[in-house]
Amino acid sequence: MKISEICEKLELKILVEGDMDREITGGYCGDLLSWVMGRAQGGDCWFTVMGNINAIGVCVLADCACIVLCENATLDDNAKTRAEMQGVTILSSEENSYTLATKLGNLL
Amino acid sequence: MSNLKLHFDVPGDDFTRAGEASGKVKKTLKDLGFNPEVVRKTVIALYEAEINLVIHAGGGEIDVEISPECIDMVLTDQGPGIPDVALAMKEGYSTAPDNVRSLGFGAGMGLPNIKKYTDDMKIDSVVGEGTTMYLKVFTN
Repeated sequence: MKISEICEKLELKILVEGDMDREITGGYCGDLLSWVMGRAQGGDCWFTVMGNINAIGVCVLADCACIVLCENATLDDNAKTRAEMQGVTILSSEENSYTLATKLGNLL
Repeated sequence: MSNLKLHFDVPGDDFTRAGEASGKVKKTLKDLGFNPEVVRKTVIALYEAEINLVIHAGGGEIDVEISPECIDMVLTDQGPGIPDVALAMKEGYSTAPDNVRSLGFGAGMGLPNIKKYTDDMKIDSVVGEGTTMYLKVFTN
């Protein structure tokens, strides 16, 4: 399912718009960057509260489809700039990672 | 065709630039048309090693050599060295300071991830002198 469709169905706010046509093939929840880096799969929708510049790097290198900042976690200014430069889609929700991942699981 | 060689200087304690070298290597490998899984393995390992240079060693140098058969990476630093490499290799073992943990690092997964995603990994470390890490990923 495309990021744009997930975005609509999970009622996510767009903080940075990358390739919204990219396919989401799975999901991953986690805030420890190395943990996520080693275990998330390419194409995953990554649910986290980590909105710093290093999270953008992890998303790009682990090839996740997008980042969803849960519970309205803050996106740092330099992280936003980096995400825009690298075309990383950053979405946001007031809901927690469990709720969002459950909803995603029902859609995929 | 001769092998492609890339060199990067990694500044210490600058987390805003950490990952730049890995990002450039990723782009290069993608542009060269390597298999996406090979690219992913290589850059995950390299990113972890690059972050280690920033967190633990006050920076260092990265040399990458790309051939059709394999990708060789050598990371060199003049940091404090690793007193017990076997212990450092254990999942969950970390000596990262609190400020680094608050950024989401320091889960003790760095070296285990590097081992997981490379086909060969060798660490030469001398306490008080520094560490050199040799990594290899085969492309087939």
